[in-house]
Amino acid sequence: MSVRGVLAAALLGALFAARVGAADADTIQVSAKNFMFAPATLTVKAGTTVTWVNLDDEPHTVASDAGLFRSSALDTKERFSFKFDKAGTYHYLCTIHPQMLGTVVVE
Amino acid sequence: MTDDSLDSPSRRRALGCLAYGGAGTLFVLAGGVFTPLDLAAASADPDRTGRLGRPLFVQLSDTHIGFNKEANPDVDATFTRAIDLVNAMPEAPALVIHTGDITHLSRPAEFDHAQQLFSRINAGEMHTVPGEHDTSDAAVSEYFSRFGKASNNKGYYSFDHAGVHFIALVNVLQFKPGGLGTLGADQLAWVEDDLKGRSASTPIVVFAHMPLWSVYEPWGWGTGDAPQLLASLRRFGSVTVLNGHIHQIVQKVEGNVTFHTARSTAYPQPAPGVGEGPGPLKVPADQLAGVLGIRSVTLAKHPLSLALADRTLA
Repeated sequence: MSVRGVLAAALLGALFAARVGAADADTIQVSAKNFMFAPATLTVKAGTTVTWVNLDDEPHTVASDAGLFRSSALDTKERFSFKFDKAGTYHYLCTIHPQMLGTVVVE
Repeated sequence: MTDDSLDSPSRRRALGCLAYGGAGTLFVLAGGVFTPLDLAAASADPDRTGRLGRPLFVQLSDTHIGFNKEANPDVDATFTRAIDLVNAMPEAPALVIHTGDITHLSRPAEFDHAQQLFSRINAGEMHTVPGEHDTSDAAVSEYFSRFGKASNNKGYYSFDHAGVHFIALVNVLQFKPGGLGTLGADQLAWVEDDLKGRSASTPIVVFAHMPLWSVYEPWGWGTGDAPQLLASLRRFGSVTVLNGHIHQIVQKVEGNVTFHTARSTAYPQPAPGVGEGPGPLKVPADQLAGVLGIRSVTLAKHPLSLALADRTLA
């Protein structure tokens, strides 16, 4: 991802964090809304906790392709968090709607 | 077996009825192909409906116990209405088949409550397959700890009843990113083996949660490796494929194989590709029961035939 992309992702994360009033600067939020993860690709530093929140009326899950993490079904406004300790590219999907894809790039 | 009704006026009338969404349409299986016949015509033809035997099974689908959003704040009430309709049938069906999404969130309390409601159904036995909403707990164990026995926890199994061979399949456990439902190589090989040596004249009923043909791929409404399954089924004279998942009736005929998705008892979903996504569709409260429903299937022995009747909860 370009520097601009990283900045955009970080800014978006900061905006989401501000909206939910999260005090922890090391937590970044991804939303599931209208059957899409937003941002679909997120770049974070190692040690960051990513929190997903479901903003749809339909439940979603967050499941790593590699089996690293898998949430239970998240009802509307429910959250799931995972701390990314190691650098790498992590792809995930919603197991209920596998057309919903996301990626976390950990630097 | 002869098919005396393929070109009959009632069939042409019924096909017109189908174009309006299949409500109130009765399907008579004759010569291996479903022949739709609208209910008004059926009731005016007592001899024809008189040939229909006792109810073979009822299909329930997408009960989504635990759902409480605007599209239906009381899924218990609509499912109870569905149960009342089953219990009011003149003869209790021998089987009830639930084509998945028993629960909304795979939570233990939802499964427990669903089982309590199921115990009110007056029927011989109940068969289930899981939907993706039933396998969305992190450990994928809640469905199997309650309903896994019939399949030895694999999710797929078969049984015979009244001369009909039933095959229960699971296509919600091996999602590929961005892809459709998947049966998987092991299950496909098992089907092949299960069908080996069976007479081509045996009526086959296949049921699974997600449609076993591509209804709308961008929303994942299909099963990627279903063509391999159909290759195994093609030699049979009568194959009826029943699915849930999309909360509306869509039908297709391919040779001797007929496909039918079912209504939900919980909430409707939009027509394929209409709107932002396949979420719950909100309809005015007084119209909800008219878009929810159940299906009963009747077996007639002379000639051996299956008839499907969809009815709404209105």
